[in-house]
Amino acid sequence: MTWTQPFAADSFPSGSGAFPHKHLLGIAGLQKWEILYILKEAEQWVALNRSGPAKHDGRLSGLTIINAFFENSTRTLLSFEIAGKRLGADVVNMHAAQSSVKKGETLIDTAMTLNAMRADAIVIRHGSSGAVQLISSKVDCPVINAGDGSHEHPTQALLDSLTIMRRKGRVEGQTVVICGDVLHSRVARSNLFCLKTLGAEVRVVAPPALMPSGIDAFGAQIFTNFDAALDGADVVMMLRLQNERMQGDFIPSPREYFHLYGLDERRLALAKPDALVMHPGPMNRGVEIASNVADDVERSAITEQVEMGVAVRMACLDILTRKARGQEGWA
Amino acid sequence: MTGISILNGHAILPGADKAESLHLHIENGKIASVGKAAPIADQLDASDLIIAPGIIDLGVFKTDKPAFRFGGITRAALMPDQSPVHDDPATVRFAALKGKPDLWVHPLAAATQGLNGLQMAEIALMKEAGAVGVATGRKWIANSGILLRIMRYCHALELPVFVHSEDAGLSGNAVATAGETATLLGLSSASSITEALAISRDLLLAEESGAHVHFRQVTTERGLDLIRAAKTKGLRITCGITPGHLFLSDNAVSDFRTFAHLSPPLRSESDRLACIAAVADGTIDVIASGHDPRGPEDKRLPYSESAPGMAGAETLLALSLNLVRDNVISTGRLFELLAANPAKILSLNAGQIAEGYEADLILIDPDAPWQVDGDRMAALAGNTPFDRLPVQGRVRQMLKGGKVI
Repeated sequence: MTWTQPFAADSFPSGSGAFPHKHLLGIAGLQKWEILYILKEAEQWVALNRSGPAKHDGRLSGLTIINAFFENSTRTLLSFEIAGKRLGADVVNMHAAQSSVKKGETLIDTAMTLNAMRADAIVIRHGSSGAVQLISSKVDCPVINAGDGSHEHPTQALLDSLTIMRRKGRVEGQTVVICGDVLHSRVARSNLFCLKTLGAEVRVVAPPALMPSGIDAFGAQIFTNFDAALDGADVVMMLRLQNERMQGDFIPSPREYFHLYGLDERRLALAKPDALVMHPGPMNRGVEIASNVADDVERSAITEQVEMGVAVRMACLDILTRKARGQEGWA
Repeated sequence: MTGISILNGHAILPGADKAESLHLHIENGKIASVGKAAPIADQLDASDLIIAPGIIDLGVFKTDKPAFRFGGITRAALMPDQSPVHDDPATVRFAALKGKPDLWVHPLAAATQGLNGLQMAEIALMKEAGAVGVATGRKWIANSGILLRIMRYCHALELPVFVHSEDAGLSGNAVATAGETATLLGLSSASSITEALAISRDLLLAEESGAHVHFRQVTTERGLDLIRAAKTKGLRITCGITPGHLFLSDNAVSDFRTFAHLSPPLRSESDRLACIAAVADGTIDVIASGHDPRGPEDKRLPYSESAPGMAGAETLLALSLNLVRDNVISTGRLFELLAANPAKILSLNAGQIAEGYEADLILIDPDAPWQVDGDRMAALAGNTPFDRLPVQGRVRQMLKGGKVI
């Protein structure tokens, strides 16, 4: 499907007015046009990334970006690293497992240390909700939240919206079903805020034990029956079920979970014929999603999500470092 | 010992709504006479000030003399959640002596060894060492059998049992009350019924054992409804609250403000309003500070890793005076909540301005304006969720056992 521009090129405020934030800590609180601006900016990086072997832009040349990951991650870390490098930045990765965090250093002391190294941007993932905001208050450079506890994962929501926009033409008016461990999912929260702000209808589906209280206040329609939620869906977004939640505390077993909340061909047929299947990865095949659904090139946008991730992260790094680079209108 | 006469003050007498203009005479550390003009050698002019009983702070986590002095607290019941836990006579005896002579610390003994909730501590020996009550600490005792045995034991020893009201099975590792704020921030949360669940069980155990049970903090509408009904039934129970739960609701946690991380967590606005109503109708017997000063090592952390608690001693009086200004209760009733009732619960001969009582007094300028400033507090740490709030009411003089301190 073609990309129908939901915005005119000149419809954004000029200069830093288009994205007047120092950090990207979450989607909650962002204006619709701020989200659209990042997505619009990401478009050029999608094009560059597809342009062949010389996919490089030197605008962040000389800048140092630290990826500080206090929680294990493969794809998000790699995605941010590639994004920084494609823009010419010097990218350094800090893994908690190798850092002094293991030696008992407090998060604030770690933040002060990173700050003293004069990074130009810091990308942070942490297992505790609010940890990234805490660090951002102690450092001088822009901070991007790459996932904090059960709070937010803003770049995931942005890449998901970009994927939907490119596949469906627009986000507004789409019916998006988000299914899985909504209670513990930062992906679900960020996507709910992003999709609602962009005008989509959002249905959240979870076993009762994994549904957060009061989520309807943010505009979500609540379902415990996956089949019912799928009726008329344009997009089906599956969430990863963490292994530690499968042992009887929240759900009885992976088998029973798949029986009620797994996405297989029969269930997918309840959605619209052209419904898009998404998953933030890494997938638990056979637990939340059947392999044949995940691998269906017509329906599944899972690899495209990964591709959009690099572009969205390039856009975020570019936008947030414009002030430091002295770009006109962004000082 | 020479006496002191306090002249021209407005004293709050037991049972009175408002302060009455009169003189006080103090002899041998006790209130010798009230109302008679009998100036003796030392005179203290209390014109334009309210003479109130010194605050008896029922359940603090630290002995923090500068903060207590600022807040007009002359006696404090110290929770057993210390390092090491106050579960043996030696630590209790030491704690009881720590504040004297100008502050009296009344230790509460740990109900179980190491507050583990499993084995009874040496409650009788700790009573002889100075413990005035027994507490389960910051935690609920899950085992109903052990708690019933503790209550029966305390009933025989004539000690009140202070309980924490959160069902641990339901609350788990929650740091917030389930609701919009917790969901927005992605904080682990539990339904507020965790409190009513705990209270309903403990009321049955109180009735069964005959013990005096004090529910240290009741913060939800359902919890208060249970307390109200049990009091009507004639059970020997009392309950308290802190200004945190009276004046803040869970939206104070927005932006991951760890200074608003309390235990139990802040509740919804409708629960908060129910707490105010319960102060007005007499269901709540005690307002305490829950004083728990915490430095950056405990508070400058991601929310769920931060320690709960607030430094509350300095703001207890000024915030509580809001209840008088808002016509929730009278000045007289406020000092029942702050002094007379805590004294009764601990069986202390204090907390009232009447002949024969300990001359623990504070002279208050109830309208003096000031601003809460976490950076400049007298307390060991400035972790107050009321930072920058303009308040009214300052302690101008304090007397402990008849001596100006």
